Amino acid sequence: MAYKRQIDRLPIIPADARKHNVTCHYCIVGCGYHAYTWPANKQGGADPKANAFGVDLSQQQAAETTAWYSPSMYNIVKQDGKDVHIVIKPDHDCEVNSGLGSVRGARMGESRFSETRNTQAQRLTDPMVWRYGSMQPTSWEDAYDLVARVTAAVIKEQGEDGLFVSMFDHGGSAGGYENTWGTGKLYFGAMKIKNVRIHNRPAYNSEVHGTRDMGVGELNNCYEDAELADTIVAVGTNPLETQTNYFLNHWIPNLRRTSLDKKKAQLPDESHEQGRIVIIDPRRTVTVNACEMEAGKERVLHLALNSGTDLILFNAIFTHIVEQGWIDKEFIEKSTVAEGTKRPDLYPARGEADGKPGHLTNFSGAVEGCKVSLEDAAKVTGLKAEDIAKAAEWIGKPKDGGKRRRVMIGYEKGLIWGNDNYRTNGALVNIALATGYIGRPGGGVVRLGGHQEGYVRPSDAHVGRPAAYVDKLLIEGKGGVHHVWACDHYKTTLNAHEFKRVYKKRTDIVKDAMNSVPYGDRDGMVKAILAAIKEGGLFSVDVDIIPSQIGQASHVWLPAAEAGEMNLTSMNGERRMRLTERYMDPPGNAKPDCLIAAGLAQHMERVLRDMGDTAYADQFKGFDWKTEEDAFLDGYQKNAGGGEFVTYDALRSMGTNGFQEPATGVKDGKIVGTKRLYTEGKFSTDDGRARFMDAPWRGLQAPGKEEEKAKFKFLINNGRSNLVWQNAFLDQANDFVMDSSPYPFIEMNLDDMASLGLGAGDLVEVFNDAGSTQAMVYPTPTARQGETFMLFAFPTGVQGNVVNDGVNELVIPNYKQSWGDIRKIASAPEVTKSLSFKSREYRLD
Amino acid sequence: MAKRCEKLVDIGRRQFLRGTGIAAAAGVATVVTAAPSQAKAPLARVDYPVNKLANIKDLNVNEPFDIAYPDADAPGVVLKLGKAVPGGAGPDGDIVGFATLCPHKGFPLSYSAADSTFNCPGHYSRFDAEAGGLQVWGQSTQNLPQYTLRVDDKGDIYAEGVDELLYGRLSNVL
Ligand code: SF4
Ligand code: FES
Repeated sequence: MAYKRQIDRLPIIPADARKHNVTCHYCIVGCGYHAYTWPANKQGGADPKANAFGVDLSQQQAAETTAWYSPSMYNIVKQDGKDVHIVIKPDHDCEVNSGLGSVRGARMGESRFSETRNTQAQRLTDPMVWRYGSMQPTSWEDAYDLVARVTAAVIKEQGEDGLFVSMFDHGGSAGGYENTWGTGKLYFGAMKIKNVRIHNRPAYNSEVHGTRDMGVGELNNCYEDAELADTIVAVGTNPLETQTNYFLNHWIPNLRRTSLDKKKAQLPDESHEQGRIVIIDPRRTVTVNACEMEAGKERVLHLALNSGTDLILFNAIFTHIVEQGWIDKEFIEKSTVAEGTKRPDLYPARGEADGKPGHLTNFSGAVEGCKVSLEDAAKVTGLKAEDIAKAAEWIGKPKDGGKRRRVMIGYEKGLIWGNDNYRTNGALVNIALATGYIGRPGGGVVRLGGHQEGYVRPSDAHVGRPAAYVDKLLIEGKGGVHHVWACDHYKTTLNAHEFKRVYKKRTDIVKDAMNSVPYGDRDGMVKAILAAIKEGGLFSVDVDIIPSQIGQASHVWLPAAEAGEMNLTSMNGERRMRLTERYMDPPGNAKPDCLIAAGLAQHMERVLRDMGDTAYADQFKGFDWKTEEDAFLDGYQKNAGGGEFVTYDALRSMGTNGFQEPATGVKDGKIVGTKRLYTEGKFSTDDGRARFMDAPWRGLQAPGKEEEKAKFKFLINNGRSNLVWQNAFLDQANDFVMDSSPYPFIEMNLDDMASLGLGAGDLVEVFNDAGSTQAMVYPTPTARQGETFMLFAFPTGVQGNVVNDGVNELVIPNYKQSWGDIRKIASAPEVTKSLSFKSREYRLD
Repeated sequence: MAKRCEKLVDIGRRQFLRGTGIAAAAGVATVVTAAPSQAKAPLARVDYPVNKLANIKDLNVNEPFDIAYPDADAPGVVLKLGKAVPGGAGPDGDIVGFATLCPHKGFPLSYSAADSTFNCPGHYSRFDAEAGGLQVWGQSTQNLPQYTLRVDDKGDIYAEGVDELLYGRLSNVL
């Protein structure tokens, strides 16, 4: 039976409840919320004077009311040591979401740590260390001391390259400007760590080097542009599920024709219609269905291309647009480089250098290099030539009256984790540059984003390009100590099966050594650990909010705080920066990551001084922060572009709307921001002119992919779903989620299921030469034969186990193009009996 | 197509505002027990009225029958599915009742007889009538509130409770 809370009423928010600004800390969209808190022994009433809404709550409220909240938005938490009621509800006045909450964000309330209601009991409350054969609590001082001593000793023996670091680089959750700065200052300021990686990939690199090298920063438009565009192009993204309220609040009005008045008002000198959309995705998603239901099939073009063939499709669209003369000559002349550069000798097999896998050039160089006919592209992509031509027309052809079209191009993980990331990214940006759709209302060529952003760190130039393939080095036995900050390689890496096998083996060597020494003998303990490291062992320190899967292998856990348990700033996909105010206490002794980094730095300094290395010890000065705001002032204010205009006070007063980065000044106490980038046609290159990319098709680029495709029967496409945030680190302890998603689903074609003797909910093994994993069969009539889609990074079945170790020249993983075979493990287990395996597509019949 | 959807949202809104009208039109919802009397000590849970919603004879298989519960402002349906399902009442265990305001933002759900689901024109959420109102896909953080039903010897169907908070009210009984 479906999970029901049996809650028939909720405490009413009293009129004098405290109200805090909150930005949802899950996805990139960054919806505005408010957290209301009030003492546990108080409650509001139905009378308008007795509640926060000033509304008569003895009456049924209408649809979209501000005066209702669901049980998932409610909890009891600690604030300044006392129990308080809390309601975290969407803000109707936030321009991002206009009161919408998604199935992820609207569960923030019940996903808070509550001793009273026992929610998120998995949260870490104390530093924990490996002692007597299991993880046991200890003090911060003791944990810092152990970590600093082992780390300093390893660096003494192996140099800084012996310290491996995995650290988040995002906003929201436990990221944000405060925490990326804290960790960044430690590893890139005090130290110059080279063997470093980010939470979702095995190296310290950009997901979008291509567009950046061309001079086009990837978050260059604003959400309103989706309301103004004539055509939206969505590449490798499923925004209804992964950028939910951006899609619902800004794309849908355009497709539904309700943004027409806004178009006419803001852009009066041209003709306007309801929007069209081109969706490039091998899979039919709920996004495709929603677009068809709203705009009508005739205004939706779903190009269900063969997996991994995006590059040649973009080149065909680009070529066709050029041939039809639909380009913006003036823009090309004014804003892009005039002189071409010679093709590298071994191009396209090799780029200009190892770290420069493309060929950046002028417009005509790209036209020549990318040239491909509609027919040739049709053959490779499996699409119809006329559909490719139609896409080119919807993108390029001027509007009635001869005015240029307004086109917004959005892309995400289908491209980023897809075949030939660098050049595919370039081929897509070529289209936007040729048509001049950047820096203009209704335009932009943007990544749509996963997490929110919140990056400010000292330079990472020492990391180099290509960056170190950290997971591979760890598998090869490199490194002596590994600091992990809110990363779970066990769930979110490629070649995960092998990684886990080796990581466990290496960390077990250290655990066994630690078991042989009394815990209180610190010198003996450090010696034993170092000896174990010499034998191939690895000492692992995991900083996280929960015991993660990789943490099972670690020797020290340091408990971190999340947004709301600390003040935390981030920006969303249109560079909108807000402050989430601290509204509750962190669990137990947990602390913000920036202060944990500061503590580590201070202990490193002490230990190094004790060792007599004064010069090195001095590098760890400058971490005397008392609060996260101190880290913010040291980091963002001094180092971010426009940071000098930004203060917590100003952000507080700007509520959930904040401002769009970069800040350019302050007016009447409000920070002045930047709605769109590149409005003057000057790009992020030395000369201000953007580059085109000569990016010819070269098949499946990553090593081993062609062979894997030939050998195995099923495409194991993969990605996120609506219900689950990231790798389910909080959702795994949420009854509403786990009740309907006990195992990761794998969407399968019905004939494929029949040929393997599979029924709905059956557990299957997915396997290939990289490894194996498990999933629950979800019958999907719209799935093409031989093509499956599996939920990514789920704890009870890790898709990364069957992603081979092939990466691109810049060490970007290629998760999407994975092939494997499937066999039945067991008939639908009992927990699946209460599930529904009906189509996810909204219908009206 | 687009027109049809927009209209549907509009109709939805109007229907919603007409909440009491639905119940009147159905003409079967009669309050059997009154709200708890003022003098009683407050209880830990709301006291649900026992309301007669329909008689089995009123129901055709897979055709929702409009009702309102626990009061005229809370629209819902009773539905005979033709096979035993979770929460199903009656001799065949196939009679279910659900609230029909979407628990996400309160838009009125429409029933798809083709696959026995409730669908929301607001943000496309879907709930499975055959699986206790489980959200098949959607933005609601609750599964669809289902009624506790009792069917007596005469075939009269009574609602006696709801298993989730109803949209638009912070107490299921106002
Ligand atoms: S759309 Fe994203 S940011 Fe908005 S509420 Fe949902 S998870 Fe949070
Ligand atoms: S109101 Fe039903 S999905 Fe939003």
